Amino acid sequence: MIELQGVKKRFGELIVLDGVDFTVNEGETVALLGPSGTGKSVLLKHIIGLIHPDEGRILVDGQDVNRLSRKELTKLRTRIGYVFQNGALFDSMNVFENIRLGITDERLCKDNDYCTDRVVACLEQVNLQPRVVMTKFPAELSGGMRKRVGIARAIAGKPKYLLYDEPTSGLDPVNADIIDDLVKQLDNELGVTSIMVTHDVRGAFKVADKLALLSEGKIVLQGTQQEFLNSDHEKVRAFLERDFENRPIPA
Amino acid sequence: MEIALRPVRTLGRMMMMALAHLGRFSMMLLEIARGIVEWRIWLPRTFTESFNIGVGSLLIVVVISAFAGAVTAFQAGYQWQSSLPVYVLGTLIVSTIVLELGPVLIGLVLAGRIGARYAAELGTMRVTEQIDALESLGRSPASHLIIPRVIAGFLMVPALTILADLIAISSGWYSVKQVLPMTNEDFTYGAQYYWRPFDGYYSVIKAFFFGGAIALISCYMGFNTKQGAEGVGKSTTAAVVASSVVILIINAVLARVLLN
Repeated sequence: MIELQGVKKRFGELIVLDGVDFTVNEGETVALLGPSGTGKSVLLKHIIGLIHPDEGRILVDGQDVNRLSRKELTKLRTRIGYVFQNGALFDSMNVFENIRLGITDERLCKDNDYCTDRVVACLEQVNLQPRVVMTKFPAELSGGMRKRVGIARAIAGKPKYLLYDEPTSGLDPVNADIIDDLVKQLDNELGVTSIMVTHDVRGAFKVADKLALLSEGKIVLQGTQQEFLNSDHEKVRAFLERDFENRPIPA
Repeated sequence: MEIALRPVRTLGRMMMMALAHLGRFSMMLLEIARGIVEWRIWLPRTFTESFNIGVGSLLIVVVISAFAGAVTAFQAGYQWQSSLPVYVLGTLIVSTIVLELGPVLIGLVLAGRIGARYAAELGTMRVTEQIDALESLGRSPASHLIIPRVIAGFLMVPALTILADLIAISSGWYSVKQVLPMTNEDFTYGAQYYWRPFDGYYSVIKAFFFGGAIALISCYMGFNTKQGAEGVGKSTTAAVVASSVVILIINAVLARVLLN
């Protein structure tokens, strides 16, 4: 379980998170919605200890992320797969080496046969042809392929949690749908607990069991899809209506 | 009152910034110390980095040292007076190159070449979240990115300086013979007459410190890059400027400490 309790974060004068309370239970897929620049990615980076809060606690499996020793934090990170917004692939390494780095168990990472099998399996899982892409460098891949390789790297270490930071941003609607389907498929196949940061409401409804809306540094609402659709909260309505104004709201 | 306080505020802000830099730089050194035990990770990357900066800098080092040696010889020839024995020029050229020109000129050139490269590479990795990705995978950015570059800097700058010294002396030797009636025997006699083995060590010691300073400062600047492409540009410029200034400071300090 991932739990954020009263998390506050400011950068200089700018208050980004202002007492965020947010919970994700085992096996759930939660979409964290919110307009651009509201601190969704900042919140996600708190969970993996890349950013430290000014106040509040972040608990992952009951462990307070900010009180962990370096060794414990490293161990925790091996249980979490993080998919970065633009893939964040290492551009000096090819696809194989990128995904191999995602195998977080040092003993397995040294085993060349295991690594080859695992990289192939991960690439197939994200619907990429290993033979075609394995030797390519990130600069030779399309935006959608880079995102998929980023996902493959995140799942290579067989994590318990998957954190997606805007996995569909910058993609055309067709590719965005493909990535959304892929996220859904992986959540079902791997049985992981996921948090997907997005401002794409349709994608969130397609993928997530639960939704949460972050606005002005606070979680305005966290609940099921139906609770979101039934909500009278001004900000929730504004966010949903803006996205659905020309398209039917999914049943 | 407000106007009177302004310089105090500015000074305070600058001191805070300096302290923040000092703190972050110390943290980086601590990370390097912690990462040293992961030699299986940094050792192969150190070979790659050393090869990249060593071979990559060869041409510029050869060209610059050859011209520097030639100009030193021409200027020495211009200032030479017939009342002085001609072999003195051999001493002058070798001492100037080994004690000062070789290490400092190559240090400054490599501050531009290696410093800009390191800061831009790490800065780009920072703004494209590659460093965050490395950390998210439970890997140490120090052992993957910083230690190989720093060790490569410590090793390759002295190696390139030795090469530069040799090329500059050869070039100076050839050039001085073009402008003055000087034989090879005169040059080698003069070169050896005042030569102390410590001069050679001094050149390498200086280059060692310059290499470390370039690598550490540039890695620090790149690692702490902010705000996209503009940030990478700022870090790269800052890395080159700071490395160059620190080289000149180290040069003065080492001259004071080691040449007394």
